[in-house]
Amino acid sequence: MESSSRLSVIQKTLAHIILLVIGLFFLSPFLWMVSTSLKANSELFNWPPKWIPSTLVWSNYPDAINYIPFFKYLSNSLLIAGLATAAVLLSCPLVAYSLARIPWKGSKPLFGATLIVMMMPYQVTMIPIFITFKNIGWVGSNIPLWLPALFGVPFYIFLLRQFFMGLPKELEDAARIDGASELRIYSRIMLPLCKPALLTIALFQFMGSWKDYQGPLIYLSDESQYTLMLGMQAFKSQHSAEWQLMMATLVMITFPIMVLYFLVQKAFIRGITFTGIK
Amino acid sequence: MADIGTTAATSSATIVNKRNKKATKFERKLALYGLLFASPWILGLLAFNVYPLLASAYYSFTTYSILEPGKFVGFDNYATLFKDDIFWKSISNTLYYTFIFVPLSIVQGVALAMLLNLRIKGQGIYRTLLFIPSLVPEIATVIIWLWLLNPQFGLVNFWLDKIGISGPPWIGSETWSKPSLILMSLWGTGQAVVIYLAGLQDVPQDYYDAAHVDGANGWQRMRTITLPLLTPVIFFNMIMGMIGALQNFVLPYTLTNGQGTPANSMMFYVMYLYTNGFAYLKMGYASAMAWILFIIVVVLTTVIFATQKRWVHYQGRE
Repeated sequence: MESSSRLSVIQKTLAHIILLVIGLFFLSPFLWMVSTSLKANSELFNWPPKWIPSTLVWSNYPDAINYIPFFKYLSNSLLIAGLATAAVLLSCPLVAYSLARIPWKGSKPLFGATLIVMMMPYQVTMIPIFITFKNIGWVGSNIPLWLPALFGVPFYIFLLRQFFMGLPKELEDAARIDGASELRIYSRIMLPLCKPALLTIALFQFMGSWKDYQGPLIYLSDESQYTLMLGMQAFKSQHSAEWQLMMATLVMITFPIMVLYFLVQKAFIRGITFTGIK
Repeated sequence: MADIGTTAATSSATIVNKRNKKATKFERKLALYGLLFASPWILGLLAFNVYPLLASAYYSFTTYSILEPGKFVGFDNYATLFKDDIFWKSISNTLYYTFIFVPLSIVQGVALAMLLNLRIKGQGIYRTLLFIPSLVPEIATVIIWLWLLNPQFGLVNFWLDKIGISGPPWIGSETWSKPSLILMSLWGTGQAVVIYLAGLQDVPQDYYDAAHVDGANGWQRMRTITLPLLTPVIFFNMIMGMIGALQNFVLPYTLTNGQGTPANSMMFYVMYLYTNGFAYLKMGYASAMAWILFIIVVVLTTVIFATQKRWVHYQGRE
C-alpha cells in the first residue's frame, strides 16, 4: 500500500502481530490434521487435547491406506485429471487462437457466446447432459468426466484468448506472407509463446478434476471407479469415529497439492491474478 | 516501343486484379481456418450448452424421470415448487448464506490483501499461509472442520472454554450450522486475496505520494485512493462470489451426507435440486428448479451490474 519508509516500528510490529494471528488461524487446522493423524485412537478423545501426541503412531498411515482402497482411488483420480487436462490442452488453445488471431466473421459472435456460457450455472445443463450420457450408456464410466473438455471449456478459452490478444500482430503476418500454413503458425509460433498460459490452464484443470466432487458423484456409481474425493466421503459417512485414519488420508491427499503449488507457485499466482483483472 | 506503355498498363491492371482476387482467396482461406480451429468449441457449444439449455427448459414442463419418458404437464412443476416447503427453505438458506458469506469474504479479502501489501519482512510466508487452504479439496475442509468444531472434543470449543465461553454445538444445531459453514468457507477464500493483492499493486505510487504531500493520513488515503481504485476487483469478486454462493453444494452436501440436517437448516438450493433429480429421479421437477436458479442468477447479476456506475471506478477509461 505504501512504501516502507512511512511505516514506523510500532506499525510494523502491529502488522506482524495481526498477520501472525491470522496466519495461525489459517494454519492451525492443518497442524491439527497432522497432529491427529499421528495419534492413537484412544488419545483422540482426551481432554484437554494435546498438540503433540504422547506417542507418534506412524502406523496410522499404512493402516489408512489399507482401510480404503487408497491406491485404486488415487489411480482413478489421476486418470480422470490427466485425461481432462490433456483434453483441455488439445482443444482450448486451438479455439482461442481462432478467436484471437484469425480474422474471420464468426470470431466475434462466438466469443460473445463464450462469455454468456461462462456465466451459466452448471445445474441448468447438468440434467440433459446426464440423460444424454445415460442414453449412450456411459453413465458409470469416467468418460463423461473428461470427454466434454475435448470440446472446449469456456473459461479457459477466454483466458487463452486474452493471452493471444496480447501478442504482437506482426508475428503471424510475417509468417503468413512467407506462406506458412495456419497450422504451422499455430504450432510453431503461437503455442511455444503461450507456454505460461498453457501451464496455468493445465494446472487449473488438473486441480479442478482432482478436487471435483459433484461430477464423480453424478456419474460414478461403482466403488471400484471412485475417485479419492468420493472415497473420502464414503469413508467419512461409514467410519466417522476413526479420525486418526481419516486425517492420515487427508494428509496424503492435501500434501501433494501443496508440493505442486510450491513447484509452480509463480504460474499459479499469475494465473489467478490474470483471471481476475483483465 | 509504343505498345510498351499499354502493355505495362494492362499488366499492372491484371496485377491489381490478381491481388484483389488473391486477397479474397486468402481471406476465404483464413475464414475456413478460423472455422476449422474453432469447430471443437462450436460443437461443444451446441452439444453441451445450447441443446442442454433448451432440453432442460423442455424437461421442466414434463414429469421426466430416468425410468419413464414422462408427459407434458405445462407449469405443474413450477406450481408444485411454489407450494413446496423445502424449496422455500432451501431458497432462504441459500440467500442467508449468500448475503452473509459474500460481503464477509469481500471484507476479509480486502483487509487481508491490504495487510499483505505492507512492505514488511516475511510477506511471502504470510501470503502462502493464507493462500494454501484454498487449495484444499472441499471434502478435506469438511472433515478437518468437523473435527475442529466437534462440540465435545473439538479444538475450537476447547479454546473458547479457555477464555470462559461455553462453545455452541456448531453444525449440530439449527442456529449454528450455517455460521459454521460460513466459517469453513471463509477459511478457503485465499484465491480472492491474491486477486485483491494484484489490484492493490496496480495502484500507482504517485497517488499516495501526492496524498502524502497534501497531508492525508493513512485512513484518508485508504478511503480516497485505495478503496476506489480497488472497486473493479471488488466488483468482479462480488459477481463471481455471488454466483458461486448461490450454487453452494459440495460443502453442505458432504458435511451432512446429503441430508441437509439438522431440520433442513443445511438444505441448500442445489442440494435440493440434486436430491430431486438424482435421488428421487424427478428430473422434470429438478429442471424447473435449475431454470429458477438460472433466472435468479441473471436477475441478481443484472442488479449488481446496474449499480456498477454508482460505485465502481475504472481507471484510465477513455
